[in-house]
Amino acid sequence: MDITFDQVSYIYQPNSPFEYRALKDLSFSIPSGSFVAVIGHTGSGKSTLIQHLNGLLKPTKGTVTLGEYQLKAKEKNKELRELREKVGVVFQYPEHQLFEETVAKDIAFGPRNFGVNEGEIDRRVNEAIQATHLDEELLERSPFDLSGGQMRRVAISGVLAMNPEVLVLDEPTAGLDPHGQKEIMEMFYDLHQKKKLTTVLVTHSMEDALAYADQVIILNKGEVYMQGSPLELFKKQKALEEVQLDVPEVIEFITKANEKLGADIEYTGQSIADLAKEMADFVRGGRDHE
Amino acid sequence: MDQSQIEFRNVSFRYQEDMPWVLRNVSFTIGADEWVAIIGHNGSGKSTIAKLMNGLLFPQEGKILVDGEEVTQDTLWEIRKRVGMVFQNPDNQFVGTTVRDDVAFGMENHGMPREVMIKRIKESLNAVGMTEFERHEPHRLSGGQKQRVAIASVLAVSPRYIILDEATAMLDPKGRKEILKTIRTVQEERELSLITITHDLQEVTQAERVIVMNGGEVWMESTPRDIFSKKDSLIEIGLDTPFVSKLADHMKDAGLELSREPLNHQELLEELWTSRSIK
Repeated sequence: MDITFDQVSYIYQPNSPFEYRALKDLSFSIPSGSFVAVIGHTGSGKSTLIQHLNGLLKPTKGTVTLGEYQLKAKEKNKELRELREKVGVVFQYPEHQLFEETVAKDIAFGPRNFGVNEGEIDRRVNEAIQATHLDEELLERSPFDLSGGQMRRVAISGVLAMNPEVLVLDEPTAGLDPHGQKEIMEMFYDLHQKKKLTTVLVTHSMEDALAYADQVIILNKGEVYMQGSPLELFKKQKALEEVQLDVPEVIEFITKANEKLGADIEYTGQSIADLAKEMADFVRGGRDHE
Repeated sequence: MDQSQIEFRNVSFRYQEDMPWVLRNVSFTIGADEWVAIIGHNGSGKSTIAKLMNGLLFPQEGKILVDGEEVTQDTLWEIRKRVGMVFQNPDNQFVGTTVRDDVAFGMENHGMPREVMIKRIKESLNAVGMTEFERHEPHRLSGGQKQRVAIASVLAVSPRYIILDEATAMLDPKGRKEILKTIRTVQEERELSLITITHDLQEVTQAERVIVMNGGEVWMESTPRDIFSKKDSLIEIGLDTPFVSKLADHMKDAGLELSREPLNHQELLEELWTSRSIK
């Protein structure tokens, strides 16, 4: 699903002393099937942006277009329900929203609410737990007896069971151990590719943006500060520092190494192993010259 | 004999009788003025350890001793003065309407006299660099600022031990840096032991000692340098090594000799520089 923001502004509590402009004339477009990372420090407008993607918020000014749906200021949307069926949002700490008696019921809640028939619901629940690597035995357990990592998978399964075309992920790995973080991100990436989803990932992790996104949007004070491919953007250390963002650690290290050792190594997305070899060769080469 | 330490003596714990053990026969000691990081995969028992340390939970087997005194229902309040805790979610730990009220709350609970409270509020807000926010509303602060106030509230009670239970997990990178800096300053300036429970590998490299938990048992206790040299075993138990350790490992594979396991950029760069200048 193509997503376009055209001159979108959003103001919280307009015409009051607390008036706060969270988004300012925001314009960008995300082609269907792309994996986009949205980055910005706290208060940059990321959460407000996300809530426009499934109509939880409507722009104060401007237009948000998602496929054939349009969200505009002061216009009532009859198709909001349809839109919400197609845009799945995994909020931060989604396990806090679990509430049903069993895992199966919790995962089925969304599609059941949208009137999907029972046979189809069963099929979707099974497909979802396969994608999230949840054991079938857990389906009849209470979600509250599960570990934190499992609870998060249940919550994600619930979003997947809606069969969304767009997946919006708000810091989906926060609070997980390193292994769990990697597993969840690999899972989303896999789904993204297999189901040809349009994925919007909100993250603080430059590493994840670098590893998975084909496009990065950097927000600052409610405006698009930079937009482009991760490799291209993450080389602009100064510009990123100005909005209190760090470059990914690998790029930071290469910059320092180049300065200290007088090397000329460039980051082109090579693996850590290849980079290590390049650096080792350089260090040894230096010795050979002398 | 100096008794200022937290000791876990053969501690086992489970939430209910029909549930599996969360901790099994766990023993370790945390000394005075130490910074110890506790790491482990989700569900390894890290947070349970934190809750046992200040009597939010009690073990079914074994003992927990704080400065030689066992943590029980009777000693609980005395022990909580000595063992302060900062939790993960900055929004769940505020009660006051201003930063100042909030810092005062813990002291009020411990029945401290007003003059002491006024003095301690100033000192502890100063220690975390939040003096100018004294009259601000806590819920309007950034995540990092909130956690600094939470640390100040704990400091005000003047504990000997502070436990930070994933206190940086919900913060953005900037907030995380703020907290780490605050922790370091506080630890240098005051006589305090710090126990940080964390997934953040950067945070772990700064601790003096690391306790690695796996499946409810102590898997290893050592320095960060030693722990991060065991990459393969760490990955097996759901953990990882920092970027610098990974890069150094691959450099060794590529035939480069390093004199020790580097813990940060600076150390690895120096190794490389030395290596390059040797003829």
